[in-house]
Parts: sequence; C-alpha cells; structure tokens
Amino acid sequence: MLRSRNAWLAMAALLALYLLPIWVSGYVLGLLTVAYYYAVAAMAWDLLFGFAGEVNFGPSFLVGLGAYTAALLNHYQGTPIWLCLIAGAAMAVAGGVVLAVPALRLRGPYFGLVTLVAVLLLQNMIVLFAGFTGGEIGMDIPDVLSIDDHTNYWYALGFMTISGALLFGLSRSTAGLILQASGQDATEAAALGFNVAKHKMAAFCISALFSGLAGAMLVFYLGTASVGTVVDIAVGVQFIIAAVLGGRRTIIGAAIGSIFLIVAGEVLRPLGELSTFAVSAIALLVILFFPGGFLGALRPRGG
Amino acid sequence: MVAPLLEVSGLTKRFGGLVAVKDIGFAIAPGEILGLIGPNGSGKSTVMKCIMSIVRPNAGSVRIAGTEVAGWPTHRIARAGVGIVFQHSHPLPRQTVLEHIEIALLPDSLLKLVAGRHVAERARAIAARVGLDRVMHRLPRTLPFADLRRLELAKAIARNPKVVLVDEPFAGLTGSEVADFSALIASFRAEGHAVLLVDHNVKGVAALVDRVFAMYLGERVAEGSAEEVMRNETVRAVYLGGRMETAARPARDAATRGVLLSVEKLSVSYGKAQALDDVTLHVGAGEFVSVVGLNGAGKTTLFNAICGLVASTGAIRFAGADLRGRTPARIARGGLVQCPESRELFGDMTVRENLDLGGQHLTRAACARQLAWLFELFPILATRQRQTARTLSGGEQQMLAIARALMMQPKLLILDEPTLGLAPVILEQLSKALEGLRLTTDITVLLGEQNVTFALPHADRVYVLEHTRIVWEGSPARFAEEAGTGYL
Repeated sequence: MLRSRNAWLAMAALLALYLLPIWVSGYVLGLLTVAYYYAVAAMAWDLLFGFAGEVNFGPSFLVGLGAYTAALLNHYQGTPIWLCLIAGAAMAVAGGVVLAVPALRLRGPYFGLVTLVAVLLLQNMIVLFAGFTGGEIGMDIPDVLSIDDHTNYWYALGFMTISGALLFGLSRSTAGLILQASGQDATEAAALGFNVAKHKMAAFCISALFSGLAGAMLVFYLGTASVGTVVDIAVGVQFIIAAVLGGRRTIIGAAIGSIFLIVAGEVLRPLGELSTFAVSAIALLVILFFPGGFLGALRPRGG
Repeated sequence: MVAPLLEVSGLTKRFGGLVAVKDIGFAIAPGEILGLIGPNGSGKSTVMKCIMSIVRPNAGSVRIAGTEVAGWPTHRIARAGVGIVFQHSHPLPRQTVLEHIEIALLPDSLLKLVAGRHVAERARAIAARVGLDRVMHRLPRTLPFADLRRLELAKAIARNPKVVLVDEPFAGLTGSEVADFSALIASFRAEGHAVLLVDHNVKGVAALVDRVFAMYLGERVAEGSAEEVMRNETVRAVYLGGRMETAARPARDAATRGVLLSVEKLSVSYGKAQALDDVTLHVGAGEFVSVVGLNGAGKTTLFNAICGLVASTGAIRFAGADLRGRTPARIARGGLVQCPESRELFGDMTVRENLDLGGQHLTRAACARQLAWLFELFPILATRQRQTARTLSGGEQQMLAIARALMMQPKLLILDEPTLGLAPVILEQLSKALEGLRLTTDITVLLGEQNVTFALPHADRVYVLEHTRIVWEGSPARFAEEAGTGYL
C-alpha cells in the first residue's frame, strides 16, 4: 500500500517537473538543469554509500574524470558528442575500478582517505598541465548539447529520470539486496556464498558509469569544463550532502537533496555571502535531527 | 565407516607470535554432532573461522565431502556446502525477516534482478521450520534476541549445507528456547548433516552431541563422548583448577557505616517498553551487594540509570548528594565508577595506556602506587603491559576493564556481568581477585550477575531483579532456600 502511494507521489512529482517549463523562466530552467546532473551523481554516490557500504569522499573524482575526458576529446579531436559521452563514462568506470581495488583491501577510514587523495590528484594534474587542460580557468568546448534552455532542460530531466529509474530498480533488485547485505556485513554475506568483491566491484563500476556520464553531460551543457564545477572537493561534498540530506539507502532521496540544495541556494541568494552559510546550516540541522534525511523522516518508524 | 562430511587435519593458525590453533584435526560423519569446546582463548572459534576461511589457516587441510577447501575464499567454501550460524547478527534495516531468508537463497549473480517464485516459497518453509513464521513480515530490529538467533539459523541452513557450524548455540537463551534450539539442531542430525557446535563447556552441549573435542590454548586436550571428556583429568584441571573459594568474612554492619548509595523508586522506559519498574535499593559504605537476574531483567539498565547514562524517574543519592542532572562524567569523577558489561576498552591502546587513562586525574606518585597494587591484584596484566587490549583474551580483557575502573579510585565500583562469556577457569581467577579486593580495601561494590555461583560467595547482601522489578532482598545464606528455587 505504502509502496504504491510512494510510487504515485514520485510520478506526480516527476510530472510536475516535466510541466515546469510552461511556467518558469529560462533562468530557473538553467538552474534545474545543473541540479538534475548533480542529482545523478548524488544518486550514484548513494549506491556506493547506502548499499555497498563504502564511503567515497571523492565522488567528484569520478564525475571529473568523465567530464574532462569528454571535454578533452571534443576540444582537441572534435569527437562527436555521443562518442565523447561514451568515452567519458568509460574513463570514469576505469577510475571506479582503480578506487575499488583499495576499497576492497582497506577498512574503515583508510578507504575514505584514498578517495579524497584521488580527487586532489586529479585536480592537481589538471592544474599542473594547464597548457593542455585549461587549468583553473577551464577549457572551452566547441560543441554543446543545445543552445535552447528548454531542450537542455529536457535532456537533463530525461537523463535524471532514466538514471534514477535504473539505479532505483537496481537497488531494489535481488542483486541490490545482495549488495546491501555485503555492505552490512561482508563476512556474513560471504558465508552465505556471495562473492562480496564481485558485487562491490560491480557497484563501483555502475556508480562510476553514472557519475562519469553526468559529468560529461554537464560539460556539454555548460560548454566549458572547469575544476570548480566538476572536480573540486566542494563539488563532491555537495553530492554527499545531497544524498545524506535526501535520505541514505533511498537513491531517490539523493535527487531530492540535490534539487533542494540548488533551489535553496537560489532562494536564499538575496542573503548574499550568507546564503551558502544558510544552506549549510539547514543541511546540518536536517542531518543532526533527521539522520534518515527527508525520506527517512517520511518513513514510519518501528515496524 | 561412512566417509566424513567434514575432515580437518593438521590445522594451524598463528597470529604474530601467538599460536592460536596448533595441529588440530577431527572428522564429522553425516548425521553426527561434534561439540568443539574450550575455555575463552582456547582457539575454538579460530578453528571454526579457519574452516570457513574467515581467517586463513597457516597450515593444514579442510575437506568438505572429500574436497580440499583450505584457503579457498569464504564464499566458495559456503557454496561447497558449509553453513555457519553466527552468534551476533547484523540484519539489514529495511528488510523483513522473510526477505532476510530470501537473500540467503539468492544465486550469486549480478545479472539476476528478480528472485524466482520458488525462493519466496522456500523462504516461507524455512521460516516455519525454525519457528519464525509468525514474525516473518516484521523487521528484525523489532524482534527479541532468540528470534534473531533463529534468523541466523534460518540463513545458515537455507541452502541445505552438508556441514553446519554453530557458534555458541545457546548463549543468551532461556530454558525453553534452549529446548527449541536443541530440537532444531537435532533435526539437522536426523537429516544427515554434519554439525559442529562450538561452546565454552561440555555441560551446555552434553545432551546434544555425539562426541566432544576439547581444546585448550590452541591444542587438543581430549576427545570422546561427553562423559569421557568430562571425566578426563586434563579437562577437569583446565576447567575446575580448584574449587571456587567461598571464604567467609565478617559481614560489615552497614548501619553503623552509613548508606553510600540509595536508589528510590527508580523507573526507566525505552519507548513503550518498561525496562525498570519502581526499583529501590541501598548500598552501605564498604558493602558488597550483588544484584542477580537473568538476561533482560534490567540489571544493565539499573546501572546505566545510576551512572546517568539513561534517563530515569525516581531519586538517586550518592554519598549524600543528589545525582539528578549531573553528567555521567561528573558522576564518575565523584567516585561512582561503572565497569560495563561490554568492557569498553580502548582496543588499539596497550594495557598500560588503558590503565594510565583511568588514572589521568591522579598524581604521578599516586598513579604508580595504584598501578603497583593493581598488578598485585591481577598479575597477568603486569606481564601484558605492552600488549594492545584487543589482543588480550576475554578473561584478560575483563580484568583490564576492572583494573581500569579501579585506577579511578572509586568509592563505589559497579561491576556489570564481569563473567559474561568467560570460561570457568577464568571465573576462578576473577573470583580470587574480587576476594582480594574485598579483603584488602574498603571499597564498596555493586555487582550485577546472571551467574549466581559467582555472585553469592562475595556478597554481603543480595537483591534479585526479575522482569524489571526487585523481587527479593536478603543475605546470601538465605538466598538458596528463599529465592534460589525460583531463580534457578
């Protein structure tokens, strides 16, 4: 009963998002477009954190890999967009495998540190080879998805809807269940005959795939790739806050959290410098008092 | 002779310099139950983990129905036909009991996204078999302890393993639950599974096992029927060592020395569940008071309420002052120190560092004096000073926990279930240390225990806590005739 009610709520919310362009300005659509790409990265992060039980402090490593791979190919080779997207996603998956190797060997905070270092390394490489990558200023790319606000909005919303449906379905599938069991207690999962390494590795690859794709799509929307929008630690933190704010182990919550963060930042813009502070404070309060996040607060307690 | 389903030989495991398991070998035939027993630190759990490759053995062979599996990854050994029933469960937060059993039935596949219909049917059948059918749509965290153990059992047998390993099958269960579990385990035997029960002592599993294999300090000490092993000289020496001494000391007259701790009408509830109901008790200065009660009676809640760790209603006065509104840290600094059931040692710190932390507020000289005294009380800790707390055996950890609490020079020491999970031989060492403590110092002790034989000898006075209430109070001498029958 509850499940069907939630499904209806989700459908209604999505419908509202699809109808939104009728009422709002191009500026708002632009904001939401970015929010949707961020939402995909946040949902992909929740697959790792909420289900595989791996805390990746560097989601922007995967996003950044996808983004810069696509941007470099397009900038230097003039590779068509669709090929750039595939290449970006593939590079991110390779990065996900690289991250997964230490994750399966290290326990506790050490893996988290590795993921942080990965972001810093990527960021440093980009800055170091500024002549090639555009460094801190960023890099223009000749192609964009579209110059029309509405078309861009549809691309992003469609991408988020499909990614969300896939990730959510996966999390609710039997493979998702095994992944969750592996994240909860790896020894016990192995004793039940599950190859924990295989399931976690798959989760890393899937998370990386969507993260990389989101990064690549984002640069083709923005028309530029810069450290500040796709690689910086602060960007990664935003994905993490979004996922935790929306509700761990829900996938959909991560999307809600992302949209909330960007919309709240905009609504509070009149506060000027204070707006970031205000958004952070709200996020902190929610995490402190509703550790289950937005969706967790809706869920009936007990059983 | 039927070919054994599980065959272990020459199994050896070293942790650094410590040889935890030394050349252990045994075999279990289809339809046989073997009891693997040994006191804490004897290596019996390590043997079980080695069979399952949760810990990789350094040497030796493990054969499942003739197939050599030593050193294989755990999931492959599980698939070769070994199921393990863990003592503690870590259930998923949002899945029901039935879904947990279903997980155990799923194929190890990344591509299979929907479970077949037979999975749900089989899961229901298994739930019914282990007695979970009435709660199968509930979330595990809402279940009582015994049902969580049933769930672990259900998961372990879901794939019909040839060999079932059970870690401490009856720990924390009541009498009738023990009977249920025994019947379940006996039914595995009837179906031709090979079963390994790992437990502390023979007595607990004697009624169920066909054979017993006894270990001590990583080595085999005896093997045979339960009676034979219980008669075995070495086993008796390991377990009994000597009789537990009940040296009487003149009872201290609490009245003349004044009351140190008084608890009036204390009640605690966790949400809907009442954990402590209108409890009143007093501890006189210098007295040794035991609170006995079964698991779940409310002992830990009582102590946590006294120490300010859980919210309560009622009055608590300590050394003449009201404790209400004080932080747990302030209460502890005031001389009311608890040594909790879970020990709460700093696992990565050495024995010495743990003790020094307890003595933070002392002057250097006082700290040294206190340390010297404690090393006299617990000589084993003196030899283990540089070892990290995590690597100590259960008994040694308990001694360290008590010693750390004593470093704070408490006026009143609360000991919550110090015997939890300890083998008899350790209990005796612990008992001697408590006796030493009682005879050489003026300390006041409030002891919570499930183990009556441990709790009574030291006590000046005894309270019986049953289902959240105090139901009896009196001297240990009167306990046996007045409250003993009801309790045991």
